[in-house]
Amino acid sequence: MSGFFKSSIGRKIAMALSAFFLMFFLLQHFAINILSVFSPDLFNEVSHFMGTNPLVQFALQPVLIFGVVFHFVMGFVLEIKNRNARQISYAKNNGSANSTWMSRNMIWSGVAILAFIILHFIDFWFPEINTKFIKGDWSGLHEGVEGYRYFEELQHKFHSHIRTIAYVIAFVFLMLHLLHGFTSAFQSMGATAGRKKTLQNIGKAYSIIIPLGFIFIALYHHLKYVLG
Amino acid sequence: MKLTLKIWRQKSAESKGKIVDYKLDDVSPDMSFLEMLDVLNQDLINKNEEPVAFDHDCREGICGMCSMFINGRSHGPDRAITVCQLHMRSFSDGDTIYIEPWRAKAFPVIKDLIVDRSAFDRIQQAGGFISVNTSGNTQDANAIPISKHAADEAMDAATCIGCGACVASCKNSSAMLFVGAKVSQYALLPQGQVEAADRVKNMVAQMDLEGFGNCTNTGACEVECPKGISLENIARMNRELIKANL
Ligand code: HEM
Ligand code: SF4
Ligand code: FES
Repeated sequence: MSGFFKSSIGRKIAMALSAFFLMFFLLQHFAINILSVFSPDLFNEVSHFMGTNPLVQFALQPVLIFGVVFHFVMGFVLEIKNRNARQISYAKNNGSANSTWMSRNMIWSGVAILAFIILHFIDFWFPEINTKFIKGDWSGLHEGVEGYRYFEELQHKFHSHIRTIAYVIAFVFLMLHLLHGFTSAFQSMGATAGRKKTLQNIGKAYSIIIPLGFIFIALYHHLKYVLG
Repeated sequence: MKLTLKIWRQKSAESKGKIVDYKLDDVSPDMSFLEMLDVLNQDLINKNEEPVAFDHDCREGICGMCSMFINGRSHGPDRAITVCQLHMRSFSDGDTIYIEPWRAKAFPVIKDLIVDRSAFDRIQQAGGFISVNTSGNTQDANAIPISKHAADEAMDAATCIGCGACVASCKNSSAMLFVGAKVSQYALLPQGQVEAADRVKNMVAQMDLEGFGNCTNTGACEVECPKGISLENIARMNRELIKANL
């Protein structure tokens, strides 16, 4: 079995498995964030549950971090190996004649997502870790804030133009990554037989709706602040 | 037709090559691409220059020898054909045409446009066969019932001519379409079941050893394959490998 994950196809399957996990996580993350548009109270409740539940904090969170790190490290490993397989490049290569830009540039959309994840960690995750694990404050409360602090913090982050623009750009790259990645992950698992069209359609819907949804949330909070 | 050709010239495997420009003044649109190169080579021979070395054999699209990357695409601009089936009417008067060898670490250039594709032979030898008794008592193949669907899909996979266009057009120089076709051709038939697990493991191991890249599912191979081998064969190979390891 260890030989399997060293083989080209085994690596590809590991890549797809980590991607499935990330796509499921993304769906879950979106479902919670969209609450912030409809009901700040509900958003606060769910955020507090996710932020303090031991199963989420000590089981799912480490799995998630492993999943993200595994996915991008393996992405870089594959990219380097694949570049190595062609040492002299063509003087003229017409890639767009046979494949999409998205499929040929997974590494670049991936790098953009990685840059976003770093920004996102600095914005939200490090402060959370600091409050909970360093200061030991698991109350979810903050001086001068009525109820839980999560909604306030979220709104505050989207006051900045630059951050809002950065988030929007990152989600466009996420869309490009998923427009190829979604079906690709099923293809890697060998799971496309007879249902490729259906998967492509679900893939398109997922890859467009989820990132657009995140963009909507960012713009909603930003415009609400700007327009008062 | 007047044409400018930009052709990769390389004396030997060891030497460094480069693109060299040639002009042809009187090309008929009815010539095949290889005939056009024959004309160029005759010119070069008449001028006492070294003709351009290129692979070819059947000149009717079945041997898979003719291997050229033309204007950025395997076998040139048209779909589902080999270079020998490409005609000059697919180009226009005054065109500049780039002609390069297949590029892959696993397909080293031997001379000019000729590359060494013996990596494919070694992958075949690692498992692309069935062990049958050939002592003269061979069973009639039709004695084993096979569904029409499986027979058709196996036949489609078996039409792969081992040309390497899939490797040449893949951004990763991946050989998965070729190996997928060879694995599928047996995986779909009862005769292939006995050695199925070893076959896929050994062929994939040899493919990796030869230095081909991984698959990113860009689908370039499927578009450029002269025989229309479908990506589904790669999915089937992946399933076979998962099955063989469970
Ligand atoms: C953290 C930064 C990321 C990097 C550097 C990255 C990089 C890559 C690369 C290079 C590939 C193509 C691998 C190949 O050659 O087949 C890939 C595939 C994929 N990625 Fe990412 N990615 C990142 C984040 C994400 C995220 C957040 C998601 C989903 C929410 C995601 C979903 C996918 C999917 C679905 C695939 C297709 C898997 C397959 O073909 O089997 N990626 N990624
Ligand atoms: S799969 Fe198609 S492109 Fe690849 S070697 Fe076979 S016939 Fe040629
Ligand atoms: S020369 Fe045989 S396929 Fe072209």
